[in-house]
Amino acid sequence: MLHTVNKSPFEKNSLQTCLRLSQPGSSILLIEDGIYGALKGSDAAANITEHLQDRQFYVLGPDLKARGIDKSRLIDGIEIVDYDGFVKLAVEEPKVQSWM
Amino acid sequence: MSDQEASPTSGIIKKFLYVNRRAPHGSNYAQEGLEVALVGAAFEQDVAMAYIDDGVFQLKTDQDTSEIGTKNFSPTYRALGDYDVKKIYVEKESLEKRGLTQDDLMPLVYEDEDDDWAEKPMINLVSAAELQDIIEQSDVVLNF
Repeated sequence: MLHTVNKSPFEKNSLQTCLRLSQPGSSILLIEDGIYGALKGSDAAANITEHLQDRQFYVLGPDLKARGIDKSRLIDGIEIVDYDGFVKLAVEEPKVQSWM
Repeated sequence: MSDQEASPTSGIIKKFLYVNRRAPHGSNYAQEGLEVALVGAAFEQDVAMAYIDDGVFQLKTDQDTSEIGTKNFSPTYRALGDYDVKKIYVEKESLEKRGLTQDDLMPLVYEDEDDDWAEKPMINLVSAAELQDIIEQSDVVLNF
């Protein structure tokens, strides 16, 4: 299943709840302000680093670029996708859950 | 306008603090806060900006919205100095929590008319304790 998160982990608990309620093997795509959850060295980074082994994490490139976040600032192991990649994930996965 | 009302040029100057706590592109708060601050400055008020919590992301370098189809208002922050805004306070704790340093922030400057128009940095990193005093000493605090 594909889970999307579009809120900053510093402002809302959407990412935490997503990780608590998604099954191992899920794909998690961070979009819009959700991309701040992918920042290496932040207080929120543990949310993702603790789940890297059993979840696949993606982040939407255009949303990173809009916010001035370079790929070098991301937690290692997160894959950057473009809009085509977003569509591909949504089509490949049987369902999409949006954590807002 | 009655003559009791303060006109923009009557000399009544208040200390305005604009408190910005939202990230820049997920909602309109950041852009609205910036525009309202510029209006305050255009009315010759003593304007200061505070960036706290996710608001610190507003000042991030290298923002480019060309691929998300929204207006890139990030260069507008550089106009603050032209509107005589000289004080930008960024809370240290908020930056650190997000894994950012001052090097991640746009190098905003103003020209100091009392010092032969020398360019001076506008951004001051302040602690929460210092920000408490700044908020307390403001006449008007507006939140975005």
